[in-house]
Amino acid sequence: MSKKGKAIVAKDLSKVYQMGEVQVHALCGVSLEIKHGEVVAIMGPSGSGKSTLMNIIGCLDRPSSGEYYLDGELVSDLTDDQLAVIRNRKVGFVFQNFNLLSRSSALLNVELPLRYAGNREGQRERAAVALEAVGLADRMDHKPMELSGGQQQRVAVARAIINNPAIIMADEPTGNLDSKSGKEIMKLLLELNQKSGTTLIVVTHDPRIAEETERVIQLYDGRVVDS
Amino acid sequence: MDIVLALKEALESLNANRMRASLTILGIVIGVAAVIAMLAVGTGAQDSILGSISGIGTNLLFVFQGNLQEEVRNEQPLTMNDVNALGDVFQAPHVEAVAPVVYGTVNVTFGGESSSPEVYGVTPDYQNVRNYNLLEGSFITDENVNGRASVALIGPDVADKLFGTRTLLTGETIRIDGQPFRVIGVLEPKGGGSFGSQDNVVLVPITTARVRLLERDRDQVDIVYVQALNSDDVPQATEEISQILRLRHHSEVGADDFTVFSQDDFLSVAGTITNILTIFLGGIAAISLLVGGIGIMNIMLVSVTERTKEIGLRKALGARKSDILLQFLTESSLLSLFGGVIGIIVGWLIAFVIGKVATASGTPFTPTVGLNAILLATLFSTAVGLFFGIYPANRAANLEPVEALRYE
Repeated sequence: MSKKGKAIVAKDLSKVYQMGEVQVHALCGVSLEIKHGEVVAIMGPSGSGKSTLMNIIGCLDRPSSGEYYLDGELVSDLTDDQLAVIRNRKVGFVFQNFNLLSRSSALLNVELPLRYAGNREGQRERAAVALEAVGLADRMDHKPMELSGGQQQRVAVARAIINNPAIIMADEPTGNLDSKSGKEIMKLLLELNQKSGTTLIVVTHDPRIAEETERVIQLYDGRVVDS
Repeated sequence: MDIVLALKEALESLNANRMRASLTILGIVIGVAAVIAMLAVGTGAQDSILGSISGIGTNLLFVFQGNLQEEVRNEQPLTMNDVNALGDVFQAPHVEAVAPVVYGTVNVTFGGESSSPEVYGVTPDYQNVRNYNLLEGSFITDENVNGRASVALIGPDVADKLFGTRTLLTGETIRIDGQPFRVIGVLEPKGGGSFGSQDNVVLVPITTARVRLLERDRDQVDIVYVQALNSDDVPQATEEISQILRLRHHSEVGADDFTVFSQDDFLSVAGTITNILTIFLGGIAAISLLVGGIGIMNIMLVSVTERTKEIGLRKALGARKSDILLQFLTESSLLSLFGGVIGIIVGWLIAFVIGKVATASGTPFTPTVGLNAILLATLFSTAVGLFFGIYPANRAANLEPVEALRYE
């Protein structure tokens, strides 16, 4: 199995949680590959290990066993701080509830990952470009409270793409939106994928969202049942 | 993330919770202000006390009967012969002047007014040894002493009490313990009331005091003020005095029946006492600074809990532990720094007001806000902010991103 040229290679990932006396196997030997530029949906009922898999793919968590390569790099053994750097450079997150800093303007929210990236050159300009790319050029100085749900999620998408990540992890990106704005956000994400070739992984339990993707990975009881 | 951005974010965050931030700062303000004010009062008191001891005279030695350290058998009183020996330039070359004194408290009346000052039986040398100047009249003379004259010099406080004025009193007759004394002069105020009053006194010839007021034996002396030639000669003068008195009193080795105390000894004792006072006051004030620090810790812990989700997000976006740590430490340090700066100003004002009040109520002393107090308070308050910020900041930095993001 070649690791080069693949956005994601996961081999036999397991995750075990210790809940008091009981061991919970959230993932049992998940192996999968996702190519660069692919659009993939991860589906499954609650308790299927969806979130756990997403956390591991997004480098927020480490597997209990197994190997995980992101963009050709083995990341399953890295330290917390190394993972933070990987997340900053290679992963863009879009969350269900937007997760914007309510005190800061749209522009500052989009800038945030750049602050942790360490290069201060042209942060503002890059953030502005990203906001233009999601169609919010005229809302840069608005605070999240002054934006509609769809607009807030657009800010979040701009924040996700600002560091030119290898993958965008969207966790129920339309879950808190009405169907119209939900469709628009999906359209935006797909457009960005077309334009820049960024791998898009959508975690959802909405079949209509999954239909728009190229491939669906079905999880059940911590195992891949269909991909 | 660099420190400028961290400062900016911390300011934004404090600004978002203005009420909470200002109350936390108030805690530090009170602590720092208390420390500054108390140290200032302590230093002011020290200056004032040491100043009034120095005001007694210069290069002074005090000789009195008895041994403070141990019991001595067959104690002999100091006598005029002792005094004459101490004043002998051949026996004691480093002694400039000698002033024997007997003293006690008496009742002084004039008309319907009465007062209870200290009475000092003195010789003419007393004026120079104690640096007394006169507002009017003249000092006690040798003739007054030899003739046991019923004459008296009164201090300004006594003049105020009896006459309500300090001028044109020469020639008036006052009664000391019922006996008439003619006023021959008024002393200039020496100020500095912290170390016994030097203004609430009556001076009479030593012979008169012994016989008519204080019932001392014919030659007895209570205390001898000895002035050394200059400050470098104080130790030699002390040694000379001790030698002479040991010889004259035939005292056993190591069992002197007298004590020689120098002004420097007084100064160092008083200095020690006021230092302890200052440390004590500062220590009590420091407790309130500690309480302020605990306030910071409390508010930072609340803040970390409140912003768990934000911390999770920042971590998801690539913040390392050190970034989060820096963010929260910056906030807590800013709180204590603001508190420290405002506290120094408030403390200085408090010290200023205390000085004014003390002066208005007749005890003039100036609280001194030293540079060391300011540095100490700034350092201490920043350290408090850092120390009490470390635990909450650490807690924030060690949050698991997955858990933190899920937190509602």
